Amino acid sequence: MPELSKVERMKLPRQSMLEQKPEERKHNFKEVPFGYTPELAIQEAQRCIQCKIPKCVEGCPVEVQIPQFIELITERKFAEASRKIKETNSLPAICGRVCPQEEQCEERCVLGKKFKPVAIGNLERFVSDYERDNNLTELPEIAPSTGKKVAIIGSGPAGLTAAGDLIRLGHSVTIFEALHKPGGVLVYGIPEFRLPKSIVNSEVEYLKKMGVKVMTSHVIGKIDTVDELLNEEGYDAVFIGTGAGLPNFMRIPGENLNGVYSANEFLTRSNLMKAYDFPNADTPIAKGKNVAVLGGGNTAMDSVRTALRLGAENAYIVYRRSQVEMPARAAEIHHAEQEGVQFILLTNPVRFIGNKDGWVEKMECIRMELGEPDESGRCRPIPIEGSNFEIDVDIVVIAIGNRSNPLVVQTTPGLKTNRWGNIIADPETMETSKRGVFAGGDIVTGGATVILAAGAGKKAARAIHDFVMSKK
Amino acid sequence: MVEVLEHYNIGQSNFKIVLAVPKLVKKAKPGQFVVLRVSENGERIPMSIADMDREAGTLTVIYQVIGKTTALLATVKPGEYIMDCVGPLGNPSHVDKKGKYMVIGGGIGIAPIHPVAQKARENGNEVYGIIGARTKELIFFEDEMRKACNRLYICTDDGSYGEKGFVSNVLQRLIDEGDKPDFILAIGPVPMMKAVCETTRPYSIPTWVSVNPIMIDGTGMCGACRVSVGGVTKFGCVDGPDFDGHLLDFDLLTSRLRMYIPQEREAMKKFQEEVHTPYVGPKS
Repeated sequence: MPELSKVERMKLPRQSMLEQKPEERKHNFKEVPFGYTPELAIQEAQRCIQCKIPKCVEGCPVEVQIPQFIELITERKFAEASRKIKETNSLPAICGRVCPQEEQCEERCVLGKKFKPVAIGNLERFVSDYERDNNLTELPEIAPSTGKKVAIIGSGPAGLTAAGDLIRLGHSVTIFEALHKPGGVLVYGIPEFRLPKSIVNSEVEYLKKMGVKVMTSHVIGKIDTVDELLNEEGYDAVFIGTGAGLPNFMRIPGENLNGVYSANEFLTRSNLMKAYDFPNADTPIAKGKNVAVLGGGNTAMDSVRTALRLGAENAYIVYRRSQVEMPARAAEIHHAEQEGVQFILLTNPVRFIGNKDGWVEKMECIRMELGEPDESGRCRPIPIEGSNFEIDVDIVVIAIGNRSNPLVVQTTPGLKTNRWGNIIADPETMETSKRGVFAGGDIVTGGATVILAAGAGKKAARAIHDFVMSKK
Repeated sequence: MVEVLEHYNIGQSNFKIVLAVPKLVKKAKPGQFVVLRVSENGERIPMSIADMDREAGTLTVIYQVIGKTTALLATVKPGEYIMDCVGPLGNPSHVDKKGKYMVIGGGIGIAPIHPVAQKARENGNEVYGIIGARTKELIFFEDEMRKACNRLYICTDDGSYGEKGFVSNVLQRLIDEGDKPDFILAIGPVPMMKAVCETTRPYSIPTWVSVNPIMIDGTGMCGACRVSVGGVTKFGCVDGPDFDGHLLDFDLLTSRLRMYIPQEREAMKKFQEEVHTPYVGPKS
């Protein structure tokens, strides 16, 4: 291809990924986009004007060297591009799919001022898939053994990232996971159609090949405590990345009726336990004709799109604010709309009504209007008196967020938490109030994103390295 | 993977399985439970702990074959492995000194009251137990319970062994005779636990029960195991499994346990149509 000028490159159209058509995909659990072809990837990569001071990198919580990896793509060095990303991000295939790029790297892209930003996320996804699918994955250099042992509690994005960085520095690393499969929210929460589980598996296998030990079905706080890991089992440091694992409920009448699920349960049944494949998988899930999902975040979108794929005729998002305030990524809302999800906005449930068998059959709601902005900066929803109405539902999924799981905190004296039960950690080093104990991800911030958790894991790994190496 | 060391039928569809989980039993306390997964595509099922041997590193579970997963579990031979055994989960039972401490076990619920009785007695309680089942063949752990308790009463619904009647009938008789316990822990089918609680309610005898709701993770993550205690929603896994039976909403518990009956039937039917060699080892 002839060399293009900067201006010509900026004017190239942003390349979209091919994807399954909405009519087709709403009946299957296969991934929605097919990804770029090498040609599309090169075309998209050519749009990057290789800024001397790249703003995109500032928007990335793990400082991926974005212009450098994109330049390698233009040279057709796809596997090399993937390795460039992996220098700072252990989970590129995952981040390429689930990062909110539109609020991070792509939001800062200078092209975005006049044109559309470079599709950094799509490119990240392409090169990491290319490397994996063509068996070009190479193990990075691993420092000589330091003889130091680090325990990682939780195998979600924070724990996996911390483990990857620490093993490369020559430490012995063991991950403890409560569930039977590693990956945390990446396997129990995010559905197959957004993040295929084979990708999470291969990321975990990659860590194992580097020497990370993974102990599944191991609930810290029950079978071992943090103090036992430090004092009896010889770990030099512990990283807590247990996530935001306790579902919030609405605390309204009828919430315990059959058919009312937390999003955690609904998604765990479908994703981790593969209930969508019942009876080939043993775990059942209730299927409904009319499914209402309460909430406006990514978890709500994942739940409602799962309900559609399980056969719902009417799948609703019921959200108390308007669409503008929805915390879900624009792309997820768009995908849900394309698939036929119905949005019932400015509406809040007040009670669930059951039938004689104890199953939910109706939901009474009230209309809301927006008032003054609250402490989150979003307009406070205010109920409109007398506006109550009923919706027929046979499944309700409550996706209004999670609190932190107290199992580790309760059994770890000396670990300070805030009023929501989140562990207090230094924002730069992720050090907690307890010596040798570091924490990061949702257990510190409350429910946030995969990449912020990965970023925290990264910072913690750096600080843990300094800590264990200075220990006598 | 967890090795099965012993496994045999103990009467009708009841089985005893002994698992090698040395680290888990070091930590497990009476009243806690484990979550088992038998096969790769298997369910996660909560199971009570019937016995622990810390020196041998073994844990005993008694279960009844009622659905696909338990039917599949019954095909696993000693020396073979199941996928996972997670635990110990939940909170230990209250086994501190109460005075006259009564344990009541109905059906398969005889199993989990055994370690509780042992511990309660060790803690200086006068422990007396009532165990009951539908019929003689379903009574197990008689010797173990006699050893664990100061006194033991046995009953069967059909009168084929011990007193004829329900455990709640025996309890009522003892109360009528002036033999009133200071504390009761009752474990068994929901109607039995409810009957025990209704029996003791007029006398205000503290009566706790151990619930076994549907669960997935067992660590508070999913909320499938919601129960209502005094009008407040609690999680069976992390807030329980023991709750004050006078405050527990048994009807809700029953209703939630029935949530997947059609699917359970479908899975069992499919399982029975496939070829399986049920392992039924020597009787104990």
